[in-house]
Amino acid sequence: MRWLLRKDLLILRRSRLTVALLVIYPVAIALLIGLALSRGPTKPRVAIVDETTPGATVQVGGRSVDVSQYAEQLFSEVQPVRTATRGQAVAKIKSGAVLAAVVIPRDIAARLSSDVTQARLEVLYNGDALEQSLVQSSLNSALAQANLGFSEQIQRAAAQAIGLLLRGGNLGVLGAPPNLIGLSQIPPLLKGIIARQPPGHDRSQLERMLSFATFAAQNLALSKTVLQTISQPIAVRSTLLHGRRTPLNTFAVVVAVSVSLMFVCVLLAAGGVALEREEHALARLLRGLVSREGLLAEKALLAAVCSFALAFAMLAGIGAFVSLDWSRVGLWLAALALGALAFGALGVAIGALAREVRAASLLAFLLSLPLAFLALVPAGSVASGLYDAIGTISFVFPFKASLQALDAAVNQSAPGIWVSLAHLTGLAVLFGALARVGLRRVE
Amino acid sequence: MRYGEREALCGVSFDAVAGELVAIVGPNGAGKTTLLSILAGIQRPSAGSVDRVPREVGWVPQQPALYSKLSAAENLELFARLEKVADAGQAVERMLEQTGLRERAAEQVGLLSGGNRQRVNVAIGLLADPPVLALDEPSSALDPGQRARLWGFIRGLAAAGTCVVFSTHDVSEVQRYATRALVLADGELLFDGSPESFLAAAGEEDGDFEDAFVSFLNGHGHR
Repeated sequence: MRWLLRKDLLILRRSRLTVALLVIYPVAIALLIGLALSRGPTKPRVAIVDETTPGATVQVGGRSVDVSQYAEQLFSEVQPVRTATRGQAVAKIKSGAVLAAVVIPRDIAARLSSDVTQARLEVLYNGDALEQSLVQSSLNSALAQANLGFSEQIQRAAAQAIGLLLRGGNLGVLGAPPNLIGLSQIPPLLKGIIARQPPGHDRSQLERMLSFATFAAQNLALSKTVLQTISQPIAVRSTLLHGRRTPLNTFAVVVAVSVSLMFVCVLLAAGGVALEREEHALARLLRGLVSREGLLAEKALLAAVCSFALAFAMLAGIGAFVSLDWSRVGLWLAALALGALAFGALGVAIGALAREVRAASLLAFLLSLPLAFLALVPAGSVASGLYDAIGTISFVFPFKASLQALDAAVNQSAPGIWVSLAHLTGLAVLFGALARVGLRRVE
Repeated sequence: MRYGEREALCGVSFDAVAGELVAIVGPNGAGKTTLLSILAGIQRPSAGSVDRVPREVGWVPQQPALYSKLSAAENLELFARLEKVADAGQAVERMLEQTGLRERAAEQVGLLSGGNRQRVNVAIGLLADPPVLALDEPSSALDPGQRARLWGFIRGLAAAGTCVVFSTHDVSEVQRYATRALVLADGELLFDGSPESFLAAAGEEDGDFEDAFVSFLNGHGHR
């Protein structure tokens, strides 16, 4: 096997394009993923035309909220490009300087203060269907965030006004008398007066007033809670029942490394076995020079070692951009090693079936690509019967098990790494046996 | 020997001695390659046996079984190591000398001409200095000049005591080079004897060997 390995390494070294691809591919992927994840999503560039008068306010129960605060909320959600007029904003959209424009109209404060008309913004955007969808989605999110922030300010102003009505004091509203009594102070005062009143018509009228004042104070206090509920109707408490929450960026790293591990390993192993057939050397080797098991083990091992080294280099490279827990490096290596072995076994099984390298490579590619997609289909996104079928397919091929093992190693996700490693070992044995059957036919 | 329901060889038996040049000739599908594969230990017969173990039989397949990214010398060294030849380096030098490939030893096999590739192919079969050499249509891809040089080399091996068994489509090679002919058709051995006796058996002592071959097959119900 030593001489066969030496021969394969010599051939690999002389296949400059293959070697270049094997080195450049993981480096390029690592850099792309690393940069994409480390830079994070960028805010959309949006032209903002603020037509409101400086200092315009919305009156809420005697309190004032500055309309310019809405624009500030919006500015924090986008990359704002202040633009003086609507016409300039349109020109900027057409030139591609901004993705969209938001026009805050002059009458927004009046409409917000009005009980009958709704305040309206004008949104302008451009682009093809995909770009429009992206811009609309980004802008809707930004506007929703700005609306929420602004409504919280209005709600706070309303809550302050209600608090003053309950506690009493100076309302600060033009025409309001100073040192007003609060609604919550009226019931104890009335109780004292009633106690001093003889039974009769006046006392019963005062008792009716006491009932009303007590009821009104209690319900006005409740309205503050109601306002909070309106600003955020449903609070969400999330509980993860199984495993550990995997951050999206480290999961993306795991997916990228697993896909690269699979492609490099399966293609190398399949190509290696198919090359023996294509060069008509298989019959010569298998007439007692090398055993079938030895030949398959050598090809799977070579592919596994190469892909393992490249996948680890990728993981380490991405680690420069994304924070990874290096104390778990032993588990990373175990996950990568067993994943590579299982992919190597799958590769030699494909190579044993194909008669030439091109057919083996095509078969390996056509099989690997859908396996990667199927393993990433989330539960609930397709009909349950179809999901079960996808689950079965993913179970009998090594990609999902490899992904789970690496995810468990890097992110401590469920199921535990040992389950996935045992699964990968089983699959390596299964595909090794299939490859052995495929190699029964020599020519 | 069976491939599923089809019987590829039926009751074929022969022996050959040192220095013999045995030609296996027959139409397509006659079983020539199967017979040589069994002799070389590549296929196991459903029944029957071969007296020689595979290590004692040098195998030269029809298509050169070589790694095109390796040089002629590297191919020879690889197979010498795999065959566990006692002194691999010396065996490589000997075969390069015998096959006249010394000047091309460092060239990648993929860049060699068809004739030179076939010489490397034959050299690999001879690395372990086997007493028997099995060649499957060795001259099929060669031009007349390359063919003549190859046969000169093979006759030299036979003269030195190697038992050479080869298959061919070209019946003129049987007449020219073989000391014995085995005629196969549909897996059956129809004739075993010298080329001269074959002409007599076909009733064409003074005729063309190819005509004799066709007439012989027709006479035995094969077209």
